[in-house]
Amino acid sequence: MKKLIYVAALFMLAGSACKFNNSDNKALPIFGNRQPVTKTVNGKQVTDTIYQTIPAFKFVNQYGDTITGKSLDGKIYVADFFFTTCPTICPVMHRNMLPVYNEFKSNPDFRIISHSIDPKYDTVPVLKKYADKMGITGNTWWLLHGDKDATYTIAKSYLTSVQEKNPRGNYVHDGYFILIDKQKRIRGTYMGTDPAEVEKMTADIKTLMAEPDQKTAK
Amino acid sequence: MKLRFIGLICVVLVVMIVSCQNDGQVEFNRYYSNGNAVYQVHCQNCHGAKGEGLQGLIPPLTDSIYLKTNKKILACYIKSGLKGKIIIANKTFEGEMPADDLSPLEIAQVLTYVTNSFGNKIGTVTIEQVNADLAKCN
Repeated sequence: MKKLIYVAALFMLAGSACKFNNSDNKALPIFGNRQPVTKTVNGKQVTDTIYQTIPAFKFVNQYGDTITGKSLDGKIYVADFFFTTCPTICPVMHRNMLPVYNEFKSNPDFRIISHSIDPKYDTVPVLKKYADKMGITGNTWWLLHGDKDATYTIAKSYLTSVQEKNPRGNYVHDGYFILIDKQKRIRGTYMGTDPAEVEKMTADIKTLMAEPDQKTAK
Repeated sequence: MKLRFIGLICVVLVVMIVSCQNDGQVEFNRYYSNGNAVYQVHCQNCHGAKGEGLQGLIPPLTDSIYLKTNKKILACYIKSGLKGKIIIANKTFEGEMPADDLSPLEIAQVLTYVTNSFGNKIGTVTIEQVNADLAKCN
């Protein structure tokens, strides 16, 4: 099954690479559910596409600060799900995330948010200690503590595009990195355990940052 | 006559030593390559493909002096896990390594791999040594 996902990802990569070559305006695809909305503007019928966005949320970061959707207004960010005592894929994910953090940590419009899926153990002090040991400082990379149900609910929004590729399974534990734009739309999903995919994500973040409507969005 | 006999003994001795060494090398290679496979499944996620560890969270496996000094207790650490403060490469770590119920042979293999990779060179860790070390675990 994993192989299938890789193949699909490869095709997508190949497809997007061709698209990049053919157009001057590089742009990442927009994932998630969408619906057309027809409205009347100045007497003319205009059809717009409403893209799925990440709904409002409220969590606490490693400093004990409350983090909501508003905290990410005007930010391009990457989200993932982990827990500090996870001996399997989490160390791999965050080993791969470190270069991303180092690349963009001086950019005030970029964030990484890592939701703990083990809020019982991963309290704020535990998350702070984890951040310290990882060498994470400042506000670029937030480790979020919150209600387990709320975390799993928000996970569903992030992982919609993963779900589309393969409707079965629980992707919270699969180590995906999800790239979100300033309008809170899903612009990419990457296997956080695969260094090559994470490199692709870094390139995609740069592409996204250069998109005209990202540059101007607040 | 006597000289030829001594010469023959010498030749036999040399052959024995050489073949012993070869046996040793074959044994090492077998332990090492199987150990690589065990490492990938049981250790690599945390300790990394190059034994680099992860920042201040997971210690690297590149501290040859630590490995040499603690050689006789490494098997116990793998078998029963490791908790509490340790100093690796002049850095303090205090997480917890979970226990992993590997067989003595797998422990010997993975220890041979780790202690002879990442810049370490300690030689073969045999199943006999591991069994002896495991018998002394707390």
